[in-house]
Amino acid sequence: MASIAVTKPAAVDSQELLTRVQTDRSCRQTVLIYYTSAVFWLLLGSVLAILASLKMHIPGFLAEWEWLTFGRVRPAHLTSMIYGWAVMAAIGTLLWLQARMGRVRLPLPLLLPVSGIVWNVGVAYGMIAILIGYSTSTEWLEFPVPVLGFFGFCLVLVIYASLVMMMRRKVHHTYVSQWYIYGGVLWFPFLYVSALILTQAPHVNGTVRAIANWWFAHNVLGLWLTPIGLASAYYFIPKVTGRPVHSYHLSLLGFWTLALFYNWAGTHHLVGGPIPAWVITVGIVGSMMMFIPVTTVAINHHMTMLGQFGHLKTSPTLRFVVFGAMSYTLVSFHGSLAALRSFSEVAHFTHHTIAHSHLGVYCFFTMMMFGAMYYIFPRILRREWSSAPLIKVHFWTTAIGSIIYVVGLGWAGLVQGWMMNNPDIAFMDVVKYTIPWLESRSVAGTLMSIGHVVFAILVWRMLRGDGAEQQGPTLFTTARSLRAQRERKARARERAKGVA
Amino acid sequence: MNRSLLIFVGVIFTVVFSLSGLVLVPDWQFSEVGPYKTEDGTLYPQPLTGPPEAGRHVYMDLGCIYCHTQQVRPEGFGADIERGWGRRRTVMRDYMYDPINLTGTMRTGPDLANIGARQPSKTWQYLHLYNPVITSPGSIMPPHPFLFSVGAEAVAPPDAVALPAEWQTPTAKYIIPNSRGRFLVDYLMSLDKSVNLPEAE
Repeated sequence: MASIAVTKPAAVDSQELLTRVQTDRSCRQTVLIYYTSAVFWLLLGSVLAILASLKMHIPGFLAEWEWLTFGRVRPAHLTSMIYGWAVMAAIGTLLWLQARMGRVRLPLPLLLPVSGIVWNVGVAYGMIAILIGYSTSTEWLEFPVPVLGFFGFCLVLVIYASLVMMMRRKVHHTYVSQWYIYGGVLWFPFLYVSALILTQAPHVNGTVRAIANWWFAHNVLGLWLTPIGLASAYYFIPKVTGRPVHSYHLSLLGFWTLALFYNWAGTHHLVGGPIPAWVITVGIVGSMMMFIPVTTVAINHHMTMLGQFGHLKTSPTLRFVVFGAMSYTLVSFHGSLAALRSFSEVAHFTHHTIAHSHLGVYCFFTMMMFGAMYYIFPRILRREWSSAPLIKVHFWTTAIGSIIYVVGLGWAGLVQGWMMNNPDIAFMDVVKYTIPWLESRSVAGTLMSIGHVVFAILVWRMLRGDGAEQQGPTLFTTARSLRAQRERKARARERAKGVA
Repeated sequence: MNRSLLIFVGVIFTVVFSLSGLVLVPDWQFSEVGPYKTEDGTLYPQPLTGPPEAGRHVYMDLGCIYCHTQQVRPEGFGADIERGWGRRRTVMRDYMYDPINLTGTMRTGPDLANIGARQPSKTWQYLHLYNPVITSPGSIMPPHPFLFSVGAEAVAPPDAVALPAEWQTPTAKYIIPNSRGRFLVDYLMSLDKSVNLPEAE
């Protein structure tokens, strides 16, 4: 197979193409607002990440400014990345995917773009509040309660738009990506509202707050970012390779087992904590059962990719999406194992958990969203990406950076845990052991941030209209595609000569 | 096949099911637990009031939880008790009045569940907050100079804390905690979960 013909459609009639152009156009404003804002928060989150990382091994760095103290920069980084970058990228992606898959136009052409702006105001308000000292100090729910008003407004609109697209869809069959999206869209608002109430309201037992906290923080990953990430993988892998998903039934099994088991897994974050043993046991069982959905998804994606790995050389979307899909398998298996009491005894309370969460939110979800954006931006703007080499730089800096991050801190966390569990080792020696690894994290974070800046430049040039009018997808060149290009040019020259 | 309704019902059911099982059932299970009457007749725990309560807000807004836990794991699970972080494991009753979950998930620094009992010197706490390496060489905890003002008058005010000689400069011979600094230390001093509870034996 020619390495160029990556998205060659089997046979797409002109009516079908017209529908695609129309749905893409209906998404343009909304998706652009969500996507460009997401990239902005990604950059800001990167700056905060580097600040926080440096402060961990250079404690005196910018220490005199209270608003930049580690305990404020770190939650500001997390919320910028989760509620700014990840959620906004997810909403942009899910709205486009639904319009495309249902072959319907995006409803609420005025309100949805407004919701993007309102969401930004909510995130900005929350982050300023954290930096000046109004954090709730509840992990993953640091934003003050009033931010719920902004988020609630937007989420109601997103739910409404999703349900309307579900009702109006022209394709009666429900594709597995749609299952995941509806799941995520309904789960996330429910999680946010109920967790906010249970962690902040008066007269709730302090321990129940801890359980509600981790029921939420873990489910944001599993029942919001994971469904949107998997919906993207299920859409883009078959789309780019031109092969159908390996097994429909496996994908259904994967969806319902995720819905059933993930919900219960969060309390493994409290192993050894002051809560009833049965609550933790339930969390561990839920985490173990997660092997089922993860294995089904892994088999399904791998079997779809089988024989198609050559496309990774040329398609930026596929490269990011496959990196994300493989990370999903890794992070899930690792998460299930880490939930075990014996593993948790060591890894809990250490940098190992931080490595794990970056394997999930970064290597899986963020890379998946990069892949989706590389596909969707050109469709809604009818423009090519302006530079394939820059996309390569983006991929390799983020891929290598995130691997250094996860492997370095993952290992350091385990050793840190072993040392802490040995009372003969002084606590300060444990701290000293981690410092070189904390420095490696700063290096990794800088690499990843370089990738983000490169991506932001690409997006900026895309918005300015630097790329060529869209003909086909932007692809990486390989030796073979270069040869083909040279031959085409040579033929064109010959023809030109003939005419002359 | 059109499965919209099935997805809708299934999605809502699964999440409500887990919320009830993991959060609401424990809440109901705990609702019967009250404070414990100790041998001398006082009740434990007591809700925080006054300066320690104000200090908890400082603890929250400075993000102390990102490096410090407030929980002691049971004997035989980790080395919390061997490290002297507490005489017993912490249990649900210790936190029954907490308006916010500060049990934490990270130990870049040591556990603080019993810091009031473990480090009862206010002077130590102030010096440590001002610049942690004064009291703990090698520490990577950030300094908190914004909780203090410094001075070098010959006669120091009564609430000043003298800096050790090797940390003094011509303009800073002592530090004076501001109100937030005092509240935070009052809160830290209040952290003591050493009362014997029957369920933690």
